Amino acid sequence: MKMSGAEMLLESLKREKVTHIFGYPGGVVLPVFDALYKDPSLQVVLTRHEQGAVHAAEGYARSSNTVGVVLVTSGPGATNTLTGIADANMDSIPLVIITGQVPTKMIGNDAFQEADIIGMSRSCTKHNFLVRKISDLPRIIKEAFYIARTGRPGPVLIDFPKDIILEKGDFVYPETVSIRSYNPTIQGNRWQIRKAAQTILKSRKPVLYAGGGIISSDAHKELLDLVTLTNIPTTLTLMGLGALPGNHPRFLGMLGMHGTYAANMAIHDADVLIAVGVRFDDRVTGKIAEFSPHSKVIHIDIDPTSIRKNFHVDVPIVGDARVILKDLIEELREISGGEDAFRHYQPWIEQISEWEKEHPLCYTLDKEVIKPQHVIEKIYQFTQGDCIVSTDVGQHQMWTAQFFKFIKPNTWLTSGGLGTMGYGFPAAIGAQKAHPGKRVIAITGEGSFLMNIQEMATVVSLDLPVKIVILNNQYLGMVRQWQEFFYGSRYSSSFIGQSPDFVKLAEAFGMIGMRATRPEQVEDVILDGFSRRGPVLMEFQVDPEENVFPMVPAGGSNIEMIFESPGEKDDPKKRDSILTA
Amino acid sequence: MNPEIQVSETRKHYIQIIVENRFGVLSRVAGLFSARGFNIDSLSVAPGLDPSVSQMTIETQGDDHVVEQIIKQLNKLIDVIKVVNLSEFSFLTRETLLIRVNTNTRPGDRDEAFRIVEIFRARIIDSSPTTYTIEVTGDEDKIEAILNFLKPLGIKEVIRTGKVAVAREDQKLGTSKSVSRLTDGDMSYHR
Repeated sequence: MKMSGAEMLLESLKREKVTHIFGYPGGVVLPVFDALYKDPSLQVVLTRHEQGAVHAAEGYARSSNTVGVVLVTSGPGATNTLTGIADANMDSIPLVIITGQVPTKMIGNDAFQEADIIGMSRSCTKHNFLVRKISDLPRIIKEAFYIARTGRPGPVLIDFPKDIILEKGDFVYPETVSIRSYNPTIQGNRWQIRKAAQTILKSRKPVLYAGGGIISSDAHKELLDLVTLTNIPTTLTLMGLGALPGNHPRFLGMLGMHGTYAANMAIHDADVLIAVGVRFDDRVTGKIAEFSPHSKVIHIDIDPTSIRKNFHVDVPIVGDARVILKDLIEELREISGGEDAFRHYQPWIEQISEWEKEHPLCYTLDKEVIKPQHVIEKIYQFTQGDCIVSTDVGQHQMWTAQFFKFIKPNTWLTSGGLGTMGYGFPAAIGAQKAHPGKRVIAITGEGSFLMNIQEMATVVSLDLPVKIVILNNQYLGMVRQWQEFFYGSRYSSSFIGQSPDFVKLAEAFGMIGMRATRPEQVEDVILDGFSRRGPVLMEFQVDPEENVFPMVPAGGSNIEMIFESPGEKDDPKKRDSILTA
Repeated sequence: MNPEIQVSETRKHYIQIIVENRFGVLSRVAGLFSARGFNIDSLSVAPGLDPSVSQMTIETQGDDHVVEQIIKQLNKLIDVIKVVNLSEFSFLTRETLLIRVNTNTRPGDRDEAFRIVEIFRARIIDSSPTTYTIEVTGDEDKIEAILNFLKPLGIKEVIRTGKVAVAREDQKLGTSKSVSRLTDGDMSYHR
């Protein structure tokens, strides 16, 4: 049976078990949207901006470990996706983005709504395809999904010219994929795993440093098994939160620029560092020459380019984190003879708990003004972590990472590598689509929220019960913090106090809006807001001058953590009333 | 122990890449170099014996760590089938030049040009009353030498192919053993 390119696309998506498409229509993709109109088995989630569609697909993908699908038109539709694609590329989120393109004969002629999206997206996709023949289409879609989800996952873009969308051809969907130039390594090298096990067993002060790769490869169970067997203290990167339960006794908290004192000290003093599914990002390592200077490094990652890119490695193991951790646990069991062999870590664990006591994560409560960390803690207490949380980028993101305990993987959605303001709210929409019965919370700042505020129309029209928490401090808080520390408190362009009235705005969009301006209102607003059925926006007007601590100055060593604002040292009142989180 | 990656000296590397003979592959490879600030000194591309693949020879510079990254990043490109750093082996390079020289600036120049062509076993492939067009093939030293000899005559134009390179026959190209030298023994580059 002959099928049009548009019909083939939809049929192929169904073969890939796609149920939701995040998108926005326009000129050249009209035939595809027309085919979607006739086919109710694929649900289109219409966002209000193409960037929102990509972030929503990211949230969908990350929260459910599947491939997110985006469909947009050519030209501006395609270019609007680029920030989202770059975000997915940095954070290894599997996406397939289908962009319409002007008819093949008009490519290169500056046609209406033409953009060279293949050229533009080359450096921010894992791979991209231009469909040049209708007969190639099924194979390209099959390969796109395969490339997006295997190896180190990432976004794959398919540029789909209008003449091929309309052309008819025979549809034969390939059963299998075989790309001779792409075969990601899954199994780790046996010898290297043995060497890693011996290194771990010989160590006295080991630290596990795990990241987003654990989530991508679904290795959280294996990570927990490894920690249970060995009792090794474990720190997680921003992208890795939830890989080990946030309330686990061996969990040190996040490491890096805004990591905990205990995590950064433990990394610094470690004699063996077991890095799994991480890439030694500069926000994690701080000054690289002083990062974990005494350790032998075991690095497990599926992406060979991550190994030895920024940091020396003694035992590199390329492959899938889940498969390798399984083998490593087996090897450790075999050569150690059981948990008793790891008893000698006890002094190290005690040392770390000293550090934990020395500088726990903390903030000072105030009677007059709401502390943002307090809001996060209250949300955690209310939900007990049984929810999906997304954030935008900035102070609120770091406070959420610090004070919310993520118990399960795939429940934490944040823009790590690219640091994309405007990510969080659309990502929450995608997560809610993937998990209709689950509580989904978008924690954001007033700056980030305004970057994709149009998606309020999306949640209202789809009646998605996303709960929006705005920590409004009237500033681009992280920018303000840096200006306070490093630019003599010259708050250049960081004051954005002229925000709209968010409660009225919520009402204008057709959702419930609530506001807390005083500390005693926080709990009531949370209780009320979270018990409503539909979407709710909760604005918390928080302390404009609150800073994120600890803080490692950019380019500084991770053990040079700052715990107080400039000038705060001399204020004994502020120092005394510390409340431990 | 210094945890930073040891920096070795910068030297020239010849990288041979076998890629899918598809549209856009060259820009992927070139884009990778430019996006990461790696320089391409010369580049030659042509279809291989199997017309579904293309062969590239890239001449680049960097310390061992940079080149290791380049090779890993090249391998990561979906359309790249195989990457070999020829500088790990004993290898040969050749480049072909088409050189147009003046032959009538001073008396005797035409004979001198002819003599130089003989010495370097080059060929005159075109001739006009005032110029010769010379074809020469050789390694870097030979090319440099003939250019030096021809310079006094007045070189009007030089067109270069860029270098191609091949490992010597007794070298086992691209076996996992030879590649593993680069990679601490555990990176599967052969995909």
